[in-house]
Amino acid sequence: MLSHKLNALAERAKTKPVSRRGFLLSAAATSAGLAIGYRPLAGLAATEQSKQGDELAAYIAISEDDTVTIYSSQFDMGQGSYHGIATLVLEELGADWAQVKVEGASADVRHYGNVMWGGGFQGSGGSTSMASSWDRYRKAGAAARMMLVEAAAQAWGVPASEITVSKGVIAHAGSGKSSGFGAFAKPASGLTIPDTIALKDRSEWTEIGNPDLKRFDRVGKTKGEQDFTIDVKLPGMLTAVMIHPPKFGATVASFDADEAKALKGVTDVVAIDRGVAVVATDMWSALKGRDLVTVTWDESKAETRGSAQIMAEYHALATKAPTAVARTDGEPEAALASAAKVLEATYEFPYLAHAAMEPMNAVAHMNSDGVLEIWGGHQMPDFYQQMASKVAGVELVKTRMHIMKTGGGFGRRATPDADVIVEAVAIAKAIGWKAPVKVQWTRENDTRGGRYRPAYVHRMRAGIDADGKLVAWDNHIVGQSIVAGGPFAGLIKDGVDATSVEGSSTLPYAIPNLGVGLTTTDVGVPVLWWRSVGSTHTAYATEMFLDEVIAEIGADQVQFRLDLLKDHPRHAGVLKLAAEKADWGKKLPEGHHWGVAVHESFHSYVAELAEVSVEDGQVIVHRVVAAVDVGTPINPDVITAQVEGGIGFGLGSVLQEELTLTDGAVDQGNYDTYLPLRIDLMPKVEVHIVPSTERPTGIGEPGVPPIGPAIGNAVFRATGQRVRTLPFEKGFKSA
Amino acid sequence: MITLNLNGTEHQLDADADTPLLWAIRDHAGLTGTKFGCGLAQCGACTVHVDGAPVRSCQTFLGDIEGAKVTTIEGVSGKVAETVQTVWAELDVPQCGYCQSGQIMSAAALLAETPKPTDDDIDAAMSGNLCRCATYQRIRAAIHVAADRLEA
Repeated sequence: MLSHKLNALAERAKTKPVSRRGFLLSAAATSAGLAIGYRPLAGLAATEQSKQGDELAAYIAISEDDTVTIYSSQFDMGQGSYHGIATLVLEELGADWAQVKVEGASADVRHYGNVMWGGGFQGSGGSTSMASSWDRYRKAGAAARMMLVEAAAQAWGVPASEITVSKGVIAHAGSGKSSGFGAFAKPASGLTIPDTIALKDRSEWTEIGNPDLKRFDRVGKTKGEQDFTIDVKLPGMLTAVMIHPPKFGATVASFDADEAKALKGVTDVVAIDRGVAVVATDMWSALKGRDLVTVTWDESKAETRGSAQIMAEYHALATKAPTAVARTDGEPEAALASAAKVLEATYEFPYLAHAAMEPMNAVAHMNSDGVLEIWGGHQMPDFYQQMASKVAGVELVKTRMHIMKTGGGFGRRATPDADVIVEAVAIAKAIGWKAPVKVQWTRENDTRGGRYRPAYVHRMRAGIDADGKLVAWDNHIVGQSIVAGGPFAGLIKDGVDATSVEGSSTLPYAIPNLGVGLTTTDVGVPVLWWRSVGSTHTAYATEMFLDEVIAEIGADQVQFRLDLLKDHPRHAGVLKLAAEKADWGKKLPEGHHWGVAVHESFHSYVAELAEVSVEDGQVIVHRVVAAVDVGTPINPDVITAQVEGGIGFGLGSVLQEELTLTDGAVDQGNYDTYLPLRIDLMPKVEVHIVPSTERPTGIGEPGVPPIGPAIGNAVFRATGQRVRTLPFEKGFKSA
Repeated sequence: MITLNLNGTEHQLDADADTPLLWAIRDHAGLTGTKFGCGLAQCGACTVHVDGAPVRSCQTFLGDIEGAKVTTIEGVSGKVAETVQTVWAELDVPQCGYCQSGQIMSAAALLAETPKPTDDDIDAAMSGNLCRCATYQRIRAAIHVAADRLEA
């Protein structure tokens, strides 16, 4: 599903998907040494974006000073993709971690396009980074090693087959000769790339799958040395803060900035399409200036519904027939009509904000060569490049993207309208390109600036026959499409946006009559993918409702699922492993209860068992036992960390996160009202990884979906109460 | 002009007394290890030490701390802070890393005050520091390991 989805992305982004066979692994000499990368076959034009050498988009550059620079096609928002890609290269290259650095590769879709999305579009999302990189980065590493070895063999007059490479040292045991990489970078760059590139057998791996390997970027992050977009400094740079419309769809009618402009430090106040920007020499001056600006808004086209009204409309729609069908197995309606017992329940999910710690920002600078340079958290760099070039009125090839690390993303940096990038460019243009401009959102801008996980209602129905078998299942989803009306609207097929139904439409359980329907709503609140996308709500609705069936039948939470997962061994595998590690069947302390959930997202399989008690009306999560199957594990400790963090991220959303609107205006502003998890509510988490030789899949997102239903199912066992409205803060009625 | 003693050096800053310490450190003194997350003392990303005590620099104003010694992640030193930083790396705590300067400044202040903190002590001292990547399990573990190592 994902690949068809992202092929369409590529199409919509108006780039040309190119077969990987149109590329050749190539080498080039650079001023610094050797570069290994991919170049298109003759006939495909080069772009200005190529990193190194003529027409070569480098994956690896080896300098005469021994530095190995890896250019990552994948964006790192904290999930460890730079480390993962470096692991793949190091494994084959034989470099030492101390000589490695990783940089974000800039927008060059022909070389850095996401393979999982058809290769025609650069981007990171859907937990695809490792899957996309698995072959090509290992091959690049192996090719670089073979060429260094060949250059050494020629220089030393020994057979290449006798030379070894390990930890950054090229050695020939027979002659006692050894060298670092740098000495052979130049000679190797004059050789042709080997015809056959042999990758290591997995039995020879020392980096891939090594549980003791720590992230190469960890130390800088403990010393304040890691730079983010907020830390970009350029000579003469100005800082801009935004005044956004109070309601989505409103526009600037007029503004009065006389007082603000008189303030020390404030240089400009300009209206752009997205609001009014106050520009100053520094952030505090900009903020003080912003307080003095008054804006009159035209709200004639604004969304003025509140979230309570929107939700009431969704509930009404949920009882009607869906407007599109996502899946039909057997005859669900007939089976429901003839079932001995029918269960019915409605689940409700609020809007959610990404609330990443680094509020949205970007820097735009027209340099003295007439090249527009843009620094930011470019999760979709080639797409942002196109947007920036249009807004600026600058040729695409004169638009250069600098990819910064970002202080959390969770989907928010992959925005189809390139919101904050467009703001930076529009402001810099509005002040006549006189200085570099950093636009920095405040926390309130970030919370109220739109792009939320959509609100949804799920109407669930299940039919149980006279023998106590689950024979019918129907799931009607009501909510906004993430892609409708935007550049990726082509993803909608037959009225179904796959991102609205994934998880429900892919339900793995053997149920003979199964229907999944969708009613897509038209609401003016901007929405977006939020860590694990459709599975943020479908996992909760399906795994909670399945548990309602289990309770009705009086079955075992684990065994009932396993019985219906006979054709889905990877789902069953993680569930069995988690249950075994949790000592399933063994008695828990008085008042403690298990809740179980298993869910696949982005081709990774995760089971989570949550041990919960409810004391004085408070839900306390004592322990979570998770098991994951991500194919071949590349970085076990990163996988573990992503599941730990994913559980904390998901837990916060389930317990207390909710974004509401009153008459179209967002009610929350800062972290005192929008409430991510804090340390005091973090449970103990243990993560077990299924050994596997399958191709690797991702883990940035899949740890999130199961935690909500695991806790909800445990709370039912503790209290008899089904929490069908999230967050618990709203839907759980303490006794 | 206003004087700021930052990491042992006196800076003369062209800033008003109402300027939050956070923006003085970042925009005037040019040290960017201290992060902006909320501006309202709700997230702790901007935590620094003022005369050794952890404060939220976004809600601390230059005019209120004249003569005080301000320490940021770039200048923090001594056995406790260095042990915390070392253990943080050993346990691979950071994910995106954005909040970690603030986490480390809060953790170092906790251990300086309470050498053997309980889980409740950690909750009390660290609940003001948000981590949206939810690295909390490793933060808690790292504080315990650092405490053990400092005691040994």
